[in-house]
Amino acid sequence: MSILVDRSTKVIVQGITGKEGSYHAGACRDYGTHVVGGVTPGKGGTTHEGFPVWNSVHDAVEAEDPDVSLIFVPPAFAADAVLESIAAEIPLIVCITEGIPVLDMVRVRRLLDAKNDEGSVIRLIGPNCPGIITPDGAKIGIMPGYIHKRGKVGVVSRSGTLTYEAVWQLTQLGLGESTCVGIGGDPVRGLNFIDVLALFENDPETEAVVMIGEIGGEDEEKAAAFAKCHMKKPVIGFIAGQTAPPGRRMGHAGAIVSGGQGTAKDKMKTLEGMGVTVVENPSMIGQTVLDVLKRS
Amino acid sequence: MNIHEYQAKELFGQYQIPVPKGVMVESIAEAENAVKTNPLFQGSNGQVFAVKAQIHAGGRGKAGGVKITKEVHKIPEIVGSLLGKILVTHQTGPEGRQVGKVWIEEGSRIEKEFYLGMVVDRNSRRVTLIASTEGGMEIEEVAQKHPERIFHLSVDPCEGYSAHIGRRLFYFLGLPAETQSAFVKMVGDLVRFFHEKDASMVEINPLVLTAEKTLIALDAKVGFDDNAIYRQPITKVLRDLAEENPLEIEASKYNLNYVKLDGNIACMVNGAGLAMATMDVIALAGGSPANFLDVGGGASKDTVEQAFRLILSDPHVKGIFVNIFGGIVRCERIAGGIIAAAQDVKISVPLVVRLQGTNAAEGREMLRTSGLDIEVAEELFEGAEKVVLAVKKGGK
Repeated sequence: MSILVDRSTKVIVQGITGKEGSYHAGACRDYGTHVVGGVTPGKGGTTHEGFPVWNSVHDAVEAEDPDVSLIFVPPAFAADAVLESIAAEIPLIVCITEGIPVLDMVRVRRLLDAKNDEGSVIRLIGPNCPGIITPDGAKIGIMPGYIHKRGKVGVVSRSGTLTYEAVWQLTQLGLGESTCVGIGGDPVRGLNFIDVLALFENDPETEAVVMIGEIGGEDEEKAAAFAKCHMKKPVIGFIAGQTAPPGRRMGHAGAIVSGGQGTAKDKMKTLEGMGVTVVENPSMIGQTVLDVLKRS
Repeated sequence: MNIHEYQAKELFGQYQIPVPKGVMVESIAEAENAVKTNPLFQGSNGQVFAVKAQIHAGGRGKAGGVKITKEVHKIPEIVGSLLGKILVTHQTGPEGRQVGKVWIEEGSRIEKEFYLGMVVDRNSRRVTLIASTEGGMEIEEVAQKHPERIFHLSVDPCEGYSAHIGRRLFYFLGLPAETQSAFVKMVGDLVRFFHEKDASMVEINPLVLTAEKTLIALDAKVGFDDNAIYRQPITKVLRDLAEENPLEIEASKYNLNYVKLDGNIACMVNGAGLAMATMDVIALAGGSPANFLDVGGGASKDTVEQAFRLILSDPHVKGIFVNIFGGIVRCERIAGGIIAAAQDVKISVPLVVRLQGTNAAEGREMLRTSGLDIEVAEELFEGAEKVVLAVKKGGK
């Protein structure tokens, strides 16, 4: 088992003829992901690097009924691309694009929630994220596949390369990962820590969860409260940005301490209070998971 | 991206949001000329004027950046006392900000001060209006001491603004009945401004109820969403480079994500999260980070070279820690880029490179045998300890 994606997952790539989309569609296919084709308006009916191309997500759904749409559309058009997949009721949308205006995401998230309130089950991962991977199953995103190893630790993170760092440690120690989900660094996004923690709690293969957060917002705190009330599995947390100055955006649009809220120190304290094992030194994430699993 | 008060007031004016009349000057001569020719100052018997230093930071009043006068002829002199002055407020950091622009505006007869703001609230995932009866105070302070005096109301992005939203804020604030229609319209104009201009933050503090029972935005603060700048051409005109750190301006030319900090150990990392974590590890190892720097996924020779030049133009830097997790781009290629860049840029301080990920061993071997003075590390904390130690030893 794993969460959300596995070997049978069928994937289309929106923006497949662009530089990024083209490269990563190929890299995902090389990893073993079942990429069935892609969408670029105006290029429907052609073939790109061996992938069939459709004009719209609607056409792709008619042809292949995919489970996932992976989006590499530039920021100015990305909100529309996500809405197109929502309209076509693709169950899982993974948006890699970085730099989408926040008001666009406010609207996307509102329309996604409305659709789900009507009874649909559509999940959005991202935007501004590395994607999702189930090792030896499906890589749907831009992460380097080979650093992963199938195993028992679920990983959920707001960051990209910091996630690779944690995954690398888990792999080196032989623990491996069940599924890794990058929920993205933007303030308004799709799946949140809580949603992914709930999925990991119900996944029999996952024995512990690593949660990698950063400064800004209160999502980590809410997730810790959720873990305290609803999870039996141990959660190991790291918060990046202990040395970040207030009021400055640290790369990610969502990584900012505003009005004294969202500091790493406060987050770490709250997480500890809720029973999350907090790692201060990011070099020790893997070792801490190992220790926690030995104890339990 | 932030703008000045005078710019925010000009924009508000375009949206019919009431603001005091005023004029922006950048020299004493301009102030003298304005006082002589601008109708604002003519026949103003006993009229009060506010002379306000323009910097991108709050707390100007307490720092001596706002002066009040009734004597029009003294305005140029006051302007002269503010221009060039370094204002240190709780938002500027200890180095402060130098005043290059001054805004002179007509005074208002204040009966009561309120607070009105708008932000994108990440919890409700909506644009949220914030109103408070405690105008003129820091809203964060009010939130701590008197949370009941703050009212939040979010705007449904599908429904947009409707008068009932404004009325709820109006009743919460307890404004007099004769200001109701003006207030409800003003909130609507503000919401329209926020959406049309891709603002990320708007603050009117204080919003003033005058003795004449009118409303006026006595201060104005606006921030724009950096992600939306491509579709807001006006932000190009409004950007004031004098308010930004020169190194950060230089970094933005090369698409490097750089934030200057106070320490002496520079870091260069691929990815924002790992960059923050690297700063944290430097601190844990007993050092102090000089910057946040995300060079992006590729870390090509050109990028690394620009990053080295940038880092080294900060005179406080006494050591460099390069931390790259090679994923899609393999470590040998990254090592090649670092070696080539280090050869081109004369690096005068200790350099520690930590490479991990795809083909890391090969990459590290290339660094070790390059003949350059590069200390190599495998683990994150090991790298941080090495650079901290090298800096303590006093470098080369």
